[in-house]
Amino acid sequence: MLDLFYAPFAEFEFMQRALVGVVAIALGGGPVGVFLMLRRMSLTGDAMAHAILPGAAVGYLVAGLSLPAMTIGGLFAGVVVAVAAGLVSRFTSLKEDASLAAFYLLSLALGVTIVSLRGSNVDLLHVLFGTVLALDDNTLLLLASISTVTVLALAVLYRPLVLECVDPIFLRSVSRAGTPTHLIFLGLVVMNLVGGFHALGTLLAVGMMMLPAASSRFWTSDITMMMLVSVVIGIVSGWSGLLLSFHAELPAGPAIILSAGAVYVVSLVLGREGGLLWLAWPGRHLEA
Amino acid sequence: MSAASAAIRFDEVTLGYGRRPAVHHLDGEIPAGALIAVVGPNGAGKSTLLKGIVGTLKPLEGHIRLKGSASGIAYLPQAAEIDRSFPLSVYDLVAMGLWSRSGLFGGIARRDCTKIEEALAAVGLTGFERRAISTLSGGQMQRALFARLLLQDAPVILLDEPFTAIDAKTTADLLDLVRRWHDESRTVVAVLHDLDMVKRTFPQTLLIAREPVAWGETMDVLQPENLLKARRMVEAYDPHADVCHRNVA
Repeated sequence: MLDLFYAPFAEFEFMQRALVGVVAIALGGGPVGVFLMLRRMSLTGDAMAHAILPGAAVGYLVAGLSLPAMTIGGLFAGVVVAVAAGLVSRFTSLKEDASLAAFYLLSLALGVTIVSLRGSNVDLLHVLFGTVLALDDNTLLLLASISTVTVLALAVLYRPLVLECVDPIFLRSVSRAGTPTHLIFLGLVVMNLVGGFHALGTLLAVGMMMLPAASSRFWTSDITMMMLVSVVIGIVSGWSGLLLSFHAELPAGPAIILSAGAVYVVSLVLGREGGLLWLAWPGRHLEA
Repeated sequence: MSAASAAIRFDEVTLGYGRRPAVHHLDGEIPAGALIAVVGPNGAGKSTLLKGIVGTLKPLEGHIRLKGSASGIAYLPQAAEIDRSFPLSVYDLVAMGLWSRSGLFGGIARRDCTKIEEALAAVGLTGFERRAISTLSGGQMQRALFARLLLQDAPVILLDEPFTAIDAKTTADLLDLVRRWHDESRTVVAVLHDLDMVKRTFPQTLLIAREPVAWGETMDVLQPENLLKARRMVEAYDPHADVCHRNVA
């Protein structure tokens, strides 16, 4: 009975690779997702996930399903859209969400069109939903590098990043780090989305960022703990999602995101910090 | 007053949004060590003036000259501009006042921890260290922000409506800090609405209503005829406004 939980990983190499891949994605994506959430940019992540599609699609058009071509294309498109939207919102009166919405709708339509120009529906599915069960060495290396860079960069940028969320005016009055920090952070978001894109596709990549982050908010009110919890939730979702897909013969990417979604629903109901159950039965009030 | 002792000097400064002036042709200086109140009706350009001094808003015309660098300014904007829902402790919020010494990456030494505790004690927030900022009341938040100002240890301190919606006890405590800063010969500029408080505590006043109306000793500035003049300021934009040619040779 117990071997249901680990046997597939011991037995099949593609399951091991998939597990390593989702662990790497969870390590980088969780903390980035927490900051996206706290900066009220949850939907920004979603928008940017779509924005990398035309870049990856152009890479695909040039070189087929090639890792470097699609990675470079995706990074390029993501950075262009992120920086353009960031600059538009900083220097005009249009807010970031509105400018991103404009860019990402354009990107999604453009991306699907480009892929259709050359590829089959199978390729389109590959691009939209990823291939977590077919990660090769190079892709795993890429995912691991992305999460390493992300964790290190967040450690270095932690202070200005937090301060820019809480009190941007104060940050501006003591330091000029605000704008570069914001841009580097957007760069990290793009990198993690491109990593997630290879495993989960453009439509679900953002799921491994936002679902664990949103769940973690229900368990702690401390930002450091929140990041740790989001990583744990990401890893557990990845592991259980892969098992679910293996035993129930479901597509792996959606199964992983469904698991993360299930954790989210459980957190929403049971979470110690504002979960529904605690709101409904808060217990008697204290003396002071 | 000689130019050398001016903490902040305004040379025909016009600040505004788009091409519309919010502070129009301000000329003069705030001497180092001054305790000055900025008063005027809503929309008179008081907050705009502080933004200009901090440097977040560039003048449309003229120059603002500071004695030191802009990093020597501690600025308390109107309270509403802080994200209170962010999961941050009071201690961490206050500790950010050490930024000028610790910078982006520097650690906080044990000596600094004592300073943070002293600052919290000075504003009466001992015991609040681990509380999340989302649990603070408006007055407690303002106390925490004053503790952060204390830690910034800046020669120039700008306060934008620091006592709006704050109770009498908290206001009195925080005013004591303002007086202490004045005694330590720091320059303090505060935007205020309570004219009685200004008369009691602030020796100097600048009365503005887009144009500077009066500037000098508080008792001379807050004369009825000046206040009446300030109240007559026209708030609406004039759609047919001409380009301003004042001081153009």
